[in-house]
Amino acid sequence: MPYLSRAGVVLTLAALPFVLSLFQVVQLTVFMIFSLLALSLDLIWGFGGILSFGQAAFFGVGGYAYGVVGINTGLSMLALAGAAIAAAVLAALLGYFTFYGRVSDMYFAVITLTVTLILHQVMGTTADPRYAIGAARLGGYNGMTNVPSLALELPGRPALVLEPVPLFYVVAAFLLCILALCHGLVRSPFGRVLAAIREDEGRTEMLGYDVRWRKLVTFVLSGAIAGLAGGLFAGWGNFINPQVFSLSQSALVVIWVMVGGRGTLHGAIVGALVVQHLTSYLGAASVSYTSVALGLILVAIVLLFPRGLVPAVLGALMRVLARPRPAVSESP
Amino acid sequence: MRSTEAILQTRRLVKVFGGLRAVDGVDFTLRRGELRCLIGPNGAGKSTFFRLLAGMLRPTSGSVRFKDMDLTRLHPHQIAKVGIGIKSQLPRVYDQMTVAENVWLSANFRHGGEAASAVVDRVLQETRLSDRRDTRAAHLAHGDRQWVEIGMVLAADPELILLDEPTAGMTRAEARRTADLVREINRRASLIVVEHDMDFVRELGAAVTVLHRGAVLAEGSIDEIRGNEAVRDVYLGKRHARR
Amino acid sequence: MDLLAVTAFGIVYGVATLVLLALGLAVIFGMMGVINLAQAEFLMLGAYTVLLASSHGASVWVGIALAPIVVGLVGIVIERTIIQFLYGRMLDTMLATWGLSLALVGIVTLLFGPTTEGIATPLGYMAIGRYSIAHYQLFVVAVALGSLALTWGLFNRTRFGLVARATMQNAGMVAGLGVNPSRIYMGTFAFGSALAGLGGAVMAPLTGVVPTFGLAFIAKIFITVIVGGPVILLGTTTAGGVLGLVESAVSYASTPIYGQVAMLVFAIVLLRLLPQGLSGFWRRGV
Repeated sequence: MPYLSRAGVVLTLAALPFVLSLFQVVQLTVFMIFSLLALSLDLIWGFGGILSFGQAAFFGVGGYAYGVVGINTGLSMLALAGAAIAAAVLAALLGYFTFYGRVSDMYFAVITLTVTLILHQVMGTTADPRYAIGAARLGGYNGMTNVPSLALELPGRPALVLEPVPLFYVVAAFLLCILALCHGLVRSPFGRVLAAIREDEGRTEMLGYDVRWRKLVTFVLSGAIAGLAGGLFAGWGNFINPQVFSLSQSALVVIWVMVGGRGTLHGAIVGALVVQHLTSYLGAASVSYTSVALGLILVAIVLLFPRGLVPAVLGALMRVLARPRPAVSESP
Repeated sequence: MRSTEAILQTRRLVKVFGGLRAVDGVDFTLRRGELRCLIGPNGAGKSTFFRLLAGMLRPTSGSVRFKDMDLTRLHPHQIAKVGIGIKSQLPRVYDQMTVAENVWLSANFRHGGEAASAVVDRVLQETRLSDRRDTRAAHLAHGDRQWVEIGMVLAADPELILLDEPTAGMTRAEARRTADLVREINRRASLIVVEHDMDFVRELGAAVTVLHRGAVLAEGSIDEIRGNEAVRDVYLGKRHARR
Repeated sequence: MDLLAVTAFGIVYGVATLVLLALGLAVIFGMMGVINLAQAEFLMLGAYTVLLASSHGASVWVGIALAPIVVGLVGIVIERTIIQFLYGRMLDTMLATWGLSLALVGIVTLLFGPTTEGIATPLGYMAIGRYSIAHYQLFVVAVALGSLALTWGLFNRTRFGLVARATMQNAGMVAGLGVNPSRIYMGTFAFGSALAGLGGAVMAPLTGVVPTFGLAFIAKIFITVIVGGPVILLGTTTAGGVLGLVESAVSYASTPIYGQVAMLVFAIVLLRLLPQGLSGFWRRGV
């Protein structure tokens, strides 16, 4: 992206809290958190070429980790780090098991989905007070509701709890930084070899590359990003419950990336923002209408725009704009 | 450049598929710096032998030694690391990437960083693909795609190169250029070329091994082979239709 | 002694329900390589057929008889409008059927509301010593066995079955013989849907009928089919047996939730060890 539009995006983001209502700022903050989650899927799927239904699992684990660390230590930043690390560890275990076991891509998708479902089941049974880590009760289906807010802790000063507008900026900063990080990764030699793995894994192995650790690293990174998003989510809403592990949440992450177009990074962000805005618009009606709409949208996209909705729309726009127009002098 | 040191050696190499002895006890030696052509009629066992050398098949019995290393235990991806470059019959390149990117992927494995770019430029020049370096592989003609893959093999600076029908699908002119390229490469690396195209084999002017029914029928220069009664009966009697 | 018999039957029953519910998906996956994530909703539609029948005064048996027909027809519609365009694209099929599943749950919720009345389990109980088994549970096991027999019969003893197996191996050749592979796929998908309708209908009196009826089963049947692999009958039965056993055993020892978790974990381990699923142990075919 050229520098001009990058600056434009930053400026727009900076200005938004001044033109939007408080409710809209809070809502946009959580949408940006979801965008981060979508970004994590695009990294492993759009660039790694590996479909993971498990990003919701990392998101949830991150959220719960934030809750546990936050409630036990009262330190928000430590909790956030804990969120990313916990998710990364889960991703490392899962990735090692599957990539080094040379499991096929389809079975990998199934396994990640199964792990998410397992977490959904298990976390729902933790209602009893004895299910607690330190001072943090897991809370069963209701989850944890006393999760501390996100706060800046600087040495020597009291913790600064982030109000909605500062929180908006902090989340936006996270989003932009991680986006830049991912862009850098994709353009690096590592990223170019990853693209080769995506296109033809066997051929890349024949060149001598060990594809297994490369896939593992990418997966762990995507897990860490999803976990970080989970931690931000828990701190944003002061709650986390097993809903994050549900089948529909897993589906939603995939839908975001499919709408925005995979393999572009910023497409995932746009997809998440578009779908979530649409959902909250429709959600005023009822959950069922939303389900139907989302379901049909997903079917339509798969059938009509396999590369993603936004790229298809943009592509059509480009073709319209590129059509040659008669020169003025030709008109009589 | 010729030496007497053997860079590749097979000893009583056998591969059995069900009831078929595709490779039946082959003793084969390639000296360092040598260029050898492997020919034989259909069903002679050439591709099976090639795939045994390339690590794509495990032998039923016998050994394949590269320098002082036993190759039979290695997977294809380990073979590249060891210093052997392999080019299979059908060009397998990255269609969505440009010529330069394809070659870079190979160069990056061996060299990395700045050095890789220099290697890419050199290889593109050798294979005469510099003017098409930014073209997507999918948009190239078949012959060019063969050269891209040869370029990828070269970029890894292998000591031994195995080529399986490198001129398949090429025009006469392209095949002649490939012969020049192969002779040029021979100054730096040892080569085994499996081929059907007798004109190409003649242009290379190298030593030839003839396989028949999985065993070595004859070895020698192309003229010696042409004069060999047994070979003529089995093979050179009829012209091969080019694919 | 009675406890042993009842426990043994409990395990058999658990395996039978799993096989009954998974068989439809196994047919679709085994014959066409399609992972239909909306299969759970086909089960749900079967259950709703029974519910609607009984709320209109008909007996449960009428509903159970109608369910395969109704859901088979739904299957045909879905195959023609969505699935047939996605053959060969396994992940895309998973995504599209996932969307379909969301939409179906939503539509049924909008039409019938999120909860419903229960259906009484017919047939009464039989005593085994101090314990009892519902006759209906025996019926379920019988239907499971019947479905297996029907599937075997269809694919091994009818002309359709022969052509279908041939299409599965080489669609091009079958087309060359004058058969339209597209028709075969449609028929196979319809059969798999009808089986699902039957399974859901049979289970309806035992579990509450709600729009999310299928969600309780989707993970289990999905995993059973994947672990079973493409050999339909033997693969699914073996997988159903092994996984059903694990689930029953752990459920008995602790809670049903952990039973399900244990089953899923065991399945993951099996998948890691057996690239072809349990079908690796059986010959290719039905």
